[in-house]
Amino acid sequence: MRKAFGPLVVVGAALFVAAPYFIAQAPYESTMGLIQKIMYYHVPSWIAQYCAITVCGVASAIYLFKSHPVADRYAVSAAELVVLFGLMGLITGPLWARKAWGVWWQWDVRLTSALLMELIFVAYLLVRQYGGPGSEKLASATALFGTATGPFVYKSVDIWRTVHPKTTVVPTLPSSLGAPLALTSAAFVLLFVVLLTLRVNLAERQAALDEMYLALED
Amino acid sequence: MSLCRIMIALTSWFLLSTSAFATQPPAAQSEYVPLKDLPATENVPAAPFLIAAYAFVWIAAMFYLWTIWRRLNRVETDMRALAQKTSRR
Repeated sequence: MRKAFGPLVVVGAALFVAAPYFIAQAPYESTMGLIQKIMYYHVPSWIAQYCAITVCGVASAIYLFKSHPVADRYAVSAAELVVLFGLMGLITGPLWARKAWGVWWQWDVRLTSALLMELIFVAYLLVRQYGGPGSEKLASATALFGTATGPFVYKSVDIWRTVHPKTTVVPTLPSSLGAPLALTSAAFVLLFVVLLTLRVNLAERQAALDEMYLALED
Repeated sequence: MSLCRIMIALTSWFLLSTSAFATQPPAAQSEYVPLKDLPATENVPAAPFLIAAYAFVWIAAMFYLWTIWRRLNRVETDMRALAQKTSRR
């Protein structure tokens, strides 16, 4: 991962630089017009969040059952990114909704469950921050609950009636709208990988510092 | 003790029910309103929302990057101080 970090940063930056051109070139959607272009940041935010949820869930499960410290570092780093990308989705969504639906927020199943999932990962970080010694295992279990809600949040629009568009919308987009979305999605996933690498590096340095303190006490 | 529990239960019920009523969706529209007749507060331009959304994403990402850099600097400073302390011993 360390060797690939430089090229990843370059490719990610190039995609973000190219994104405004492709977004500007994309045609307006017929019913929403300009505001629909929020999609090019809104949907990728959730894609990046689901990548973070997957990493956090797998790493938490490994830490919970194997007590592997590296897995814990990945779990806590990914949990921060779940909250970050979730916040991006939860802010860009209401900005889109205000224009498209006429309201900032609807307490429908997709929006409410996405908010609850975000709060579960905020709870994870609070447990890690203020839970004291041994809170890592409790936090891992919280992360597993958060991860388990992920598929329900995703499929909620197909199961229940909601104002939010269904999951079938994105795969059926015409290429003129789908290509810029694919590009920004790739950029967001790369941003996630870059931020995760940096955050894991920080967690490793923090672990090394803790070991130094322990060695000093001995 | 049981009175205290009843009070907590009643307060919780009151808070939950009021928030549920407060979050009910607005009343359904009963008649057709042409776009040009919408009040100014309802007929909002799209550009400020689009700019706000893109700006927020960038600011959030940059802020998070800054917090990583700040925490990393703090850890490095602590490590250097600890290394000096150990070498003096």
